[in-house]
Amino acid sequence: MPRWLALLDGPQTLGRGPAFWSVFGVIAVATALLPTFVNAFAITNLTYFLVWVFMALGLSLIWGYSGILSFGQTAFFGLAGYAYGVISINLGDAGLWTWFALLVSLILPIVLAVVLGYFMFYGGVRDVFVGIVTLSITLVFETFMAQTAGPEWTIGSARLNGFNGMSNMPPLTFPWGESPIIFDGPAFFWLVLALVVVVYLGLRILVNSRFGNVLVAIRENPDRAEMLGYNVRLYQLLVFVIGSVLAGMSGVLYTLWGSYITPSSMGLTAAALPIIWVAAGGRKDLTATLLATVLLTWLSQQLAVKGNQYALIWMGAILLVVVLFAPEGLFVTLWKKLRGRKRTRQATAPKAVSSPSA
Amino acid sequence: MAAILQTRGLKKYFGGLYAINGVDLSIEEGELRCLIGPNGAGKSTLFKLILGSYEPSEGTILFKGDDITSLRPHLRVQRGLSIKFQVPGIFLALPVEQNLRIALQRAFRGAALEQELERLLALIDLEHQRSELATNLSHGQQQWLEIAMAVALQPAVLLLDEPTAGMSPEETFKTGELVKKLNASGMTIVVIEHDMAFVRQIAKRVTVLHFGQVFDEGSLDDIVRNEDVVRIYLGKV
Repeated sequence: MPRWLALLDGPQTLGRGPAFWSVFGVIAVATALLPTFVNAFAITNLTYFLVWVFMALGLSLIWGYSGILSFGQTAFFGLAGYAYGVISINLGDAGLWTWFALLVSLILPIVLAVVLGYFMFYGGVRDVFVGIVTLSITLVFETFMAQTAGPEWTIGSARLNGFNGMSNMPPLTFPWGESPIIFDGPAFFWLVLALVVVVYLGLRILVNSRFGNVLVAIRENPDRAEMLGYNVRLYQLLVFVIGSVLAGMSGVLYTLWGSYITPSSMGLTAAALPIIWVAAGGRKDLTATLLATVLLTWLSQQLAVKGNQYALIWMGAILLVVVLFAPEGLFVTLWKKLRGRKRTRQATAPKAVSSPSA
Repeated sequence: MAAILQTRGLKKYFGGLYAINGVDLSIEEGELRCLIGPNGAGKSTLFKLILGSYEPSEGTILFKGDDITSLRPHLRVQRGLSIKFQVPGIFLALPVEQNLRIALQRAFRGAALEQELERLLALIDLEHQRSELATNLSHGQQQWLEIAMAVALQPAVLLLDEPTAGMSPEETFKTGELVKKLNASGMTIVVIEHDMAFVRQIAKRVTVLHFGQVFDEGSLDDIVRNEDVVRIYLGKV
């Protein structure tokens, strides 16, 4: 096994060995086969839950692994979403233009994250102030986009449309002879699922690598990390950029999913939700974050569908309960409990065998 | 022998207060030096200036002949300076082994890293607690772990800020032997210490700081014979 592949398991991720990876494989394959069993509506829904996973995993990396609480990942989400809208509406879906739009939409969050991150981390902004700065940015974006309702706010043929939101952007299209492949329905679902798997596995390798060791070191004790010779500010900047491009990926995929994006996707509520998913599952673990994100976005939707007006209040309540009773996060705590029980059973077993002879 | 670490006219003031007021310190390669002095004499501040946690108000710091006065801390470490803080500065939430790996991975890879890891664990007697979270170690063990992390960088100069604070006499003695062993292997070491028995155990040369200045310097026997040192710091020894 190549060295980098061995990093899928390591000290910074829960779950390892044949048992874990078998379950992972079964779930991944079963999910991929779903379009043959369930109706199109269910697939569209499931795609929606998966779309948010990237932003959550990015936040887990920034906050859970590196100790930087960014409250404004939605700024990158919205920037990328709107960018895809503006570019794809102007360039259309001929040739590879939609993929070009996707690419540029992911580069813009990188640029924003580099500039913003440079000023924050090299300017000595720390702790809660990172949260305040990033939250301010996303709220400024929201406020700005909300006032673009007038006809004068157009870029080329794309109308920004203020708080009504922008719509009618073309889906990803791949030229294929007579009938181009349109990433819609199951095709889009498979694309998103494949991206989730690749990003999840890639991040596992990243956090268990030497780079990941340094991230955890910075989270635990930045002064010590620096006195071990690590350039703390550079690592913080890099991890902020990676997390932000992932938020951007969620933004583009969300825009593609509904062919729609609104300023409220960068608002206070939208900004708080990723924090709830990540904290509720267990911010210091990628798997816990992934599970919690799918589960909680599903739950929010169920509550909303059932006509419950208080879906958000439920989310807040879940966060409170988790913070009070399982501060490490629901899945991380459960995992450790189960592991602990298994270990005690193993530890007591030999004694039970030896006792009759005694 | 050539000086490996030097400060020239080093000053640091916080507002109107001179924490360090013109210190000329010269540490020779391979030396084991103790810094003593009353509380507030500026010992820890001096270390922080050398490592770059503080910027000096005046003066220069030379390391291996290069001026490092305005170098970022991590770059000073990369050049071969290393420190054990006064308050244990380890990764409390991580296992002992992981603490050491993070320290080792800059200089070592693969099999060499594993070998060095075992050597360090044996050095600080924590082989059997390698998977224990650092927060569960005793205070003395945490101090040792941090010393091992500082040593893992294979520094040219190691600064130890009160390595025996909070240790039992037995642990203190063991630490002294550890420091002597490291020094014998060629590492230049500067130690801030209050425990005079410990200083006697390890040091060949002692520098006394008082009100941010070098008050006296010499062998420990010379130092204890200086009545002024006895008056300001040692009391009746």
